[in-house]
Amino acid sequence: MNATFAVLTRELRLALRSGGGAGLGLAFFLIVVMLIPFGVGPFPSLLAQIAPGTLWIAALLACLLSLDRLFQADFEDGTLDILALSPMPLEGLVAIKATAHWLTTGLPLVIAAPVLGITLNLPSNAYWWLVISLAVGTPALSFLGAIGAALTVGIRRGGLLLSLLVLPLYIPTLIFGARTVTAAVEGVDVMPAFLLLAGVTLLTLALTPIAAAAALRMHMR
Amino acid sequence: MSIWEFANPVRFMRLTGKVLPWITVLAIGCLAVGLIWGFFFTPEAINFGSTVKIIYIHVPAATLAINAWVLMFVASLIWLIRRHHVSALVARAAAPVGMTLTLIALITGAIWGGPMWGTYWEWDPRLTSFLVLFVFYLGYMALWEAIDEPDKAADLTAVLTMVGTVFAVISRYAVNFWNQGLHQGASLSLDKEEHVADVYYQPLLLTMAGFFFLFLALVFLRTRTEIRARRIIALQLQEAN
Repeated sequence: MNATFAVLTRELRLALRSGGGAGLGLAFFLIVVMLIPFGVGPFPSLLAQIAPGTLWIAALLACLLSLDRLFQADFEDGTLDILALSPMPLEGLVAIKATAHWLTTGLPLVIAAPVLGITLNLPSNAYWWLVISLAVGTPALSFLGAIGAALTVGIRRGGLLLSLLVLPLYIPTLIFGARTVTAAVEGVDVMPAFLLLAGVTLLTLALTPIAAAAALRMHMR
Repeated sequence: MSIWEFANPVRFMRLTGKVLPWITVLAIGCLAVGLIWGFFFTPEAINFGSTVKIIYIHVPAATLAINAWVLMFVASLIWLIRRHHVSALVARAAAPVGMTLTLIALITGAIWGGPMWGTYWEWDPRLTSFLVLFVFYLGYMALWEAIDEPDKAADLTAVLTMVGTVFAVISRYAVNFWNQGLHQGASLSLDKEEHVADVYYQPLLLTMAGFFFLFLALVFLRTRTEIRARRIIALQLQEAN
């Protein structure tokens, strides 16, 4: 437990101090959402219609942006080798790192999303479901991203490859997340989409650390 | 005599070297007969006109595009468990073939859909899942290319195949949910084979067999090329030492 806490605080410290780039994801989220009205036109009804999908896609891209840092620095300076030799299982380490990534990238988006929802004229009855769906769905984005980050950790300029590998994995989360919000906007039952979203997240939380740890071991061999 | 004997590259080369010409002949024969029969000696369908005849390329390509991924999954699993190099190379060899078949299925589908549905592209669950499959193939091949060490690349792509298979299946059904949620269900994607009359069915079976043998021939050929390329690298390393 102590080790878990120590690694988690280390990750958070590294992310929050200068050069960690914790705020960048949030800034990127803001910019993407801001660009949408420029692209499609400032029509309130149109924006309201595309708001759920836009916010979800922007969150997904913002999450993707910071993923290549997840293991790269630790892999290059050898920290990862030491962490892998410690008694803590590598799967646990992956889970902690993904959690730290979510705390510094996903969570700020969850908090900022309603404000950006206002700018996109999102109907007010959908705010809660926007927050809830992002809160439940974004952990899956960080954990799935951990697989991509682990697969591409030793590769120079792996960023683009990482996107190619990870984005298809995001499809179920995006579909169910955006559908939850859309259902709330339309006033139909949100539970089917929301429960499937939660199911995908639980599946990823349970299984991705195993796959990502396996990939990391292959790189360190 | 067990199937694992062919995990030995020498035995694999010997066997495939013997059967490859026959498979190639079978592929050419089935495809030539099936396509000529299908294109020129079947009546035009009432609602489709002659466009129905693209079925002889579309359906076999689509079926094999999915099964190529299944082959990659099984081969990757065997590589992860039993470390047979031939298995990893078969998975690698199948990827570009599968990707091309996916692309053929998408393009012939668009050509067929243009006059029939009035649109070349529709965000229908089936079409969308094929696009997703295409992206999975791209990612798989890109990862192979990105890593220099052959064994490490085989390991990592195998992990990607495992994860990708799970999510490809989830996406397939998630996509169903998404489109039924927004539009009505599968009114556009007719389940073609159930509607096919015998006149069309017999040449279709022949072209499916032809595509299958073609796939097999291409995978064998590519695997043989990979094995030879490995051998050259090994010889060069010996020379350098």
